[in-house]
Amino acid sequence: MKTFYWLVKREFWEHRGSFLWAPIITGGVMLALTLMGIITSEVFRARSGMQVNGIDFNTITAHMGPDALDMIGKALDIAIMAPIVLIGIVLFLVVFFYCLGSLYDDRRDRSILFWKSLPISDRDTVLSKAFCATVLAPVIAIVTSVVTGLLIMVIMAIAASLHGANLWQMLWTLPHPFRIIASMLSCIPLYVVWALPTVGWLMLCSAWARNKPFLWALIIPIGSGIFVSWFNLMGLFNLGDKWFWGNIVARSLVSVIPGGWVPGQLYGNGRSQFDQAGTDGHQVFASALAAAHNYAALVSPEFLVGAAAGIAMIIGAIWFRRWRDDS
Amino acid sequence: MSAVITANGLSKRYKSSLALDNVSFQIAPGRIVGLIGPNGAGKTTALKSILGLTDFTGELNVLGFDPRKQRDKLMGEVCFIADVAVLPRWIRVHEVVDFVANVHPRFDRKKCEAFLARTKLTPNQRVRQMSKGMIVQLHLALVMAIDARLLILDEPTLGLDILYRKQFYQNLLEDYFDENKTIIVTTHQVEEVEHILTDLMFIRDGKIVLDADMDAVGERFIEVMVSADKAPAARAMKPLDERQVFGKSIFLFDGVERAQLEAMGEVRRPSVSDLFVATMKETYA
Repeated sequence: MKTFYWLVKREFWEHRGSFLWAPIITGGVMLALTLMGIITSEVFRARSGMQVNGIDFNTITAHMGPDALDMIGKALDIAIMAPIVLIGIVLFLVVFFYCLGSLYDDRRDRSILFWKSLPISDRDTVLSKAFCATVLAPVIAIVTSVVTGLLIMVIMAIAASLHGANLWQMLWTLPHPFRIIASMLSCIPLYVVWALPTVGWLMLCSAWARNKPFLWALIIPIGSGIFVSWFNLMGLFNLGDKWFWGNIVARSLVSVIPGGWVPGQLYGNGRSQFDQAGTDGHQVFASALAAAHNYAALVSPEFLVGAAAGIAMIIGAIWFRRWRDDS
Repeated sequence: MSAVITANGLSKRYKSSLALDNVSFQIAPGRIVGLIGPNGAGKTTALKSILGLTDFTGELNVLGFDPRKQRDKLMGEVCFIADVAVLPRWIRVHEVVDFVANVHPRFDRKKCEAFLARTKLTPNQRVRQMSKGMIVQLHLALVMAIDARLLILDEPTLGLDILYRKQFYQNLLEDYFDENKTIIVTTHQVEEVEHILTDLMFIRDGKIVLDADMDAVGERFIEVMVSADKAPAARAMKPLDERQVFGKSIFLFDGVERAQLEAMGEVRRPSVSDLFVATMKETYA
């Protein structure tokens, strides 16, 4: 256990820039943009009535009706979702390239010979890296985006209070913002399970490829996808290429995008209790949030089969890590 | 005490070549073994097999472990310096010390810090900012603080200047080596290690061609300096090697009576590098 902790710490040392600073800097940029927006709107308020993240400060007054309150609550939702989405994209890039390099970079620069000179099993090494990709990096990113979202709300509340509106109280009484935060935090377990096939595939390529793991990781699933589509086109077998692209290609490459399971939950196979989502934007949004941390989905085939495939590929990566001999 | 390493019928085949060809040997504790061979002779493959870094056929027992199955346990007792450039370039001195201190049960942090205090390394320095010599100092400080029973050095001083090289072997002898430890070293700079070796192994084309302790080497191989008139007689005795110096011939003999050679001229013990050259001379032909 102690060894595992230090292995994870080692990964964090090596990837501090992408695990920690990338989400923090993204969050910082969002905050700066929000501040700049508010200042701009303050400056030009009289003339143009600019909006910041959907809130028109001219309409904020101390006495708002329920409609206005609702509007502002939804606007705050968007304000807090913006950093979550952006940091989510950053997280995808970070985890994708981290996994690809995780078992390859030290073979290339031969520092694997140093790591292998220590009494640590290859299993623990690979698992610590998988842990960093599925738990450590996402937790840091989600916490950072939640903190950024909260800070943006605080900035807005301060700006609003300059206009006599008491948004402070709204922050506590409105259900939206804190529901989003709770959803984000509670979706971490689903994220871990959902990301397994991509993490497993990328780490397998990273442990196996003698060179250019990036190319192999892309070519094999995309190439086979094209192959399947071609067969379909020829009408030789009915392999169902949509199914293949969605469940094999996408799951092995982009499952590390946070909330990747939500569209499937909402629209997949006519199944699920979220079908009545309808077309109203805010309702879809609410259903998506609910789906994001719908733990019942964990036992669906998408999650279970994907996770099993991911674990199998991680075991494969451990085997290659043990026996690949090219340093 | 029983042998530290016992190898029996060790073979390793790469795609096109046989890197180890049915090799058998034993290494006893408390020895410093020089594993010497030309490029591509199988030295590194032999060391990798001992360390469990590669697969092979045959039997190999290292400190009671099978390196193929128990590599992680084995590495608790074995230390390994591959060559100068294998410390990860991003790591800082204090990070690598912290890490090894926490994952290695036989690591003595105080000892390591004492070694580091004798160098110019600073805790926040990264490996990528260090010269080759400094990287080796760091690696050696880590390794010497580990109370291991077997230390394997694969070209540990490649590319270092002479000050670092001398210091490296001096530290190793003075502060590390004792009768419970065993060191295996491969290097091309034979002159620098020959005075510290207790045993010599020559390897060529995947086969061990010489395996003896240094005393036996001194008894078996004799060099004799013969004046020109006696050279044909010496040549008739089938020397391993012959070279000319200042009009005299120097012959290297394997297993010829010392008294017989003393009658022909001045005898002396050959240097390991002369012995090596004589043994390996047709390697690249």
